[in-house]
Amino acid sequence: MTTQTALPEGPILTADGIPLKDSLQKSLRQNKLRAMFLVSTPLLFLVFLFIIPIGNMLTRSVDDTFINRVLPSTIEAFESWDKVSEPPESLYSAFVNDVKAADKVDIGKVSTRMNYAKPGWKSLVKRTARKIKKLKGPEYKDDLIKIDKRWADKEFWLSLGIMKDKATFGYFLNAVDKTYDFDKNIIDVEEERKVYNTLWYRTLLVSFIVTIACLILSYPVAYLLATLPMRISNLLMICVLMPFWTSLLVRIVAWMIMLQQNGVVNDTLVASGILSDENRLAMMYNFNGTIIVMTQILLPFMILPLYSVMKTIPPTYMKAAQNLGATPTLAFIRVYMPQTIPGIGAGCILVFIVAIGYYITPELVGGKDGRLIGNMVAYHMQKSLNWGLAAAMGSILLAAILLLYWLYDRIIGIDNMKMG
Amino acid sequence: MALPIYTSPGQRLWHYTYLAFCGFVLFFLVAPLVVVIPLSFTSAPFLNFTPEMLALDPEGFSFRWYRGLFGMCGNIEDNISTMCSNKWMTGAKNSLFIAIASTLMATFLGTLAALALSSDNMPARRLIMALMISPLIVPLIITASGMAFFFAKVNLTATWPGIVLAHTILGLPFVVITVTSTLVGFDKSLIRAGANLGGTPTYNFLKIQMPLIAPGMISGALFAFITSFDEIVIILFVGGPQQHTLPLQMWSGIRQEISPTILSAATILVLFSILLLTTLEMLRRRSERLRGITPH
Repeated sequence: MTTQTALPEGPILTADGIPLKDSLQKSLRQNKLRAMFLVSTPLLFLVFLFIIPIGNMLTRSVDDTFINRVLPSTIEAFESWDKVSEPPESLYSAFVNDVKAADKVDIGKVSTRMNYAKPGWKSLVKRTARKIKKLKGPEYKDDLIKIDKRWADKEFWLSLGIMKDKATFGYFLNAVDKTYDFDKNIIDVEEERKVYNTLWYRTLLVSFIVTIACLILSYPVAYLLATLPMRISNLLMICVLMPFWTSLLVRIVAWMIMLQQNGVVNDTLVASGILSDENRLAMMYNFNGTIIVMTQILLPFMILPLYSVMKTIPPTYMKAAQNLGATPTLAFIRVYMPQTIPGIGAGCILVFIVAIGYYITPELVGGKDGRLIGNMVAYHMQKSLNWGLAAAMGSILLAAILLLYWLYDRIIGIDNMKMG
Repeated sequence: MALPIYTSPGQRLWHYTYLAFCGFVLFFLVAPLVVVIPLSFTSAPFLNFTPEMLALDPEGFSFRWYRGLFGMCGNIEDNISTMCSNKWMTGAKNSLFIAIASTLMATFLGTLAALALSSDNMPARRLIMALMISPLIVPLIITASGMAFFFAKVNLTATWPGIVLAHTILGLPFVVITVTSTLVGFDKSLIRAGANLGGTPTYNFLKIQMPLIAPGMISGALFAFITSFDEIVIILFVGGPQQHTLPLQMWSGIRQEISPTILSAATILVLFSILLLTTLEMLRRRSERLRGITPH
C-alpha cells in the first residue's frame, strides 16, 4: 500500500523492482528474438536452396568471363591490334598458344560461345584444334590459313570485340531478336533467324486470352456458388475443386483424348451431324489446344478468389438498389460488380502469373504454334545448352512475374492468399 | 434459386440461359474426368469409345489395363510387352517416398516459419512472407533451371536427397499459408494461461497450440504432398534414371504412345485425389468447429 502512494512521480515498478517499461521492453525483445530464431531455419533453407540458385542462374545471363579465362593472350593481342590493318601475326600466335595451353573440353565450350557472336567459329576452331598440336612456331599465320582459309577473314577476328568484356548484354539482346555488330552497336538479327519476339508476343497473347476466358467463364459460376444455399453450392464446389486436385498430367491426357482429330468431341460432333467427317476441328497440338487446356487448368484459380469476395457481399445491397428503382441489370452493374473488383484483380493476376510461365502443358498439347517462352527456356537448358540465353529469357520472365507479384501484394496482400 | 412468381418471361429466359451457361462451365471443369474413367475400362487398345462400350455390352469392358498397371500380364493376349513392365509400380513407390519425405520436411519448416510470422514482433514480416511464398510464384521452369545448375555444383544431381530437398521448397509455401491462416484465429491468452499454470514454452506449444493448428498443418501437408506427388519439371531437370517417378512414367507414356494403361493410372490417381479432397474438407470443418466459427 505504501509503495502505491509513494510512487506517482517515479516510474512504475514490477514485482521484482524493475521499471515496468524496461521489463516490457525486455519481454518484447525476447519475443522478437524467439520469432527470429524460429524463422531462421526455414529462411536459410529457402535462401540456400532457392534464392541463391536462382540468383546464380540469372548471373549467367550476363557472365562472359569464360572466354577471357581460356583465351587470355588472344584477347590481349586483340586489344593491341588497331582493327583496321590485316590481323597481325601476334594475334595468330597468341591464339595458337592459348589453344595449346587450354583443356580440350574448354576449347569446345569456348568455340560454342564464339559461335553465338559469329556463326562459323565453332567449326573453324574445331577443325583447327585437331591440327594445332603439330604446328611448329614461331610463325603461325600462314599455317592457320593453310588449315582453313577462313583464318584470313578479318571478320572472325573482329567479332572478338563483342566477347572481350567480362560481362555481356548480348544474351538479353538475343532474347529479343537483337544482337551486336562488331563495333558493339545493337542491330536486329537477320529476318530468318528471328524467333523470340514471336514467342514473347505469343506468350503474352496466350496468357491474356486465357485470363480473359477464365474471367468470363468464372464470373457467373462464382456468382451462382455464392448465392446458392450452402448445401447445393458445397456440392457444386466439388466440381471446381476436383480438377484442382487431379494430377496435371492426367488432365492433359484426358484433353488429348477428347480433342484430338478422332477424339470424343469430334466424334460426337460428327455423329450428331453438326460437322462433316472431313471437317473435323483441329483442337489439339496447336494454338487452340494450348488455350483450351490452359483455360480449364487455370479456371479454379479464378473461381476461388471471385467466390471468396462474392461471399462477403450482402445480398441485401442488390435488393436495396432495386428498391430504389434500379433495374436488376443496372443494380448488378452499378452496385454488385464494383464490389467484386478485388476478386477480379486477384484472380486475373494469379491466372496471368501462372499462365505466363507455363511449360508442361504447351509442350504436350501445343504442337508447333502453341509453344511458349517457357518451352524455349527448357530447350536452351536441355538441348542447345545455350545457358546464357536460357538465363536471359528466364530473367525477363521472372522480372515480369515479380512485378505482377508485387502488384498483387499491393492490391490484395499476400497474407490474404488462401488455399482451398 | 426458385424464381419469384412475378418474373417476366424475358427474365425467365435469361435466368435459364444463365443456369445453362454455369452448367456448361462446371461440365467443362469435370469433363476430362468424366471421359477418362469409363475409357480406362475399355477392352480395346484404342482411346475411343468403341461401339460395344456405347451399347453397354459387357464385352466392351475389361480390367486388362489395370492388370497391366499392376504388372500382372500373364493372361493377357496382347503383345504390348512394355506395358507389362513394372515401371508403374516402381514409379508409384518412388513418388510416394519422395512425396512423404518432402512433405514431412516442408510441414516442419513451414510450421516454424508460420509461427514466427504470426508473432506481432516479427521484423521484416512482409518481406519474409513474400520470400516464403515465392516458390509458388516463380515458374517451375526457372526454379528447375536454377536448381539444376546448383545441384550439379554440390553433387546433388540425380540423387534422392536432391529431389526431396527441391520438393520441400515447393511444398513450403502451402504449409506457411495454411498454418498462418489457422493462426489468425488463435487466442494468444491461451498460451499465457498455460504459462501462468506453470507450463514450459515447449509444453505449452505441444499441448495447447499444436492441437489447435493441427488442421492447418495437415491441410498444408496435403497440398505439399500432392504438389510433390504430381511434380514433373524438377524431376526432368535434376532427377536421374534412378528417380523414376509416376509423373515421369506418365510423361514418357504421353510422349511416346498413349495407351489405355495411362487412363487406368489416371483413374486411380483421381480416386486418390478424391480421398485427399474429402480429408481436407473434413479437416476444414473440424477446424472451424474447434475455433468456434460456425460453418457458413
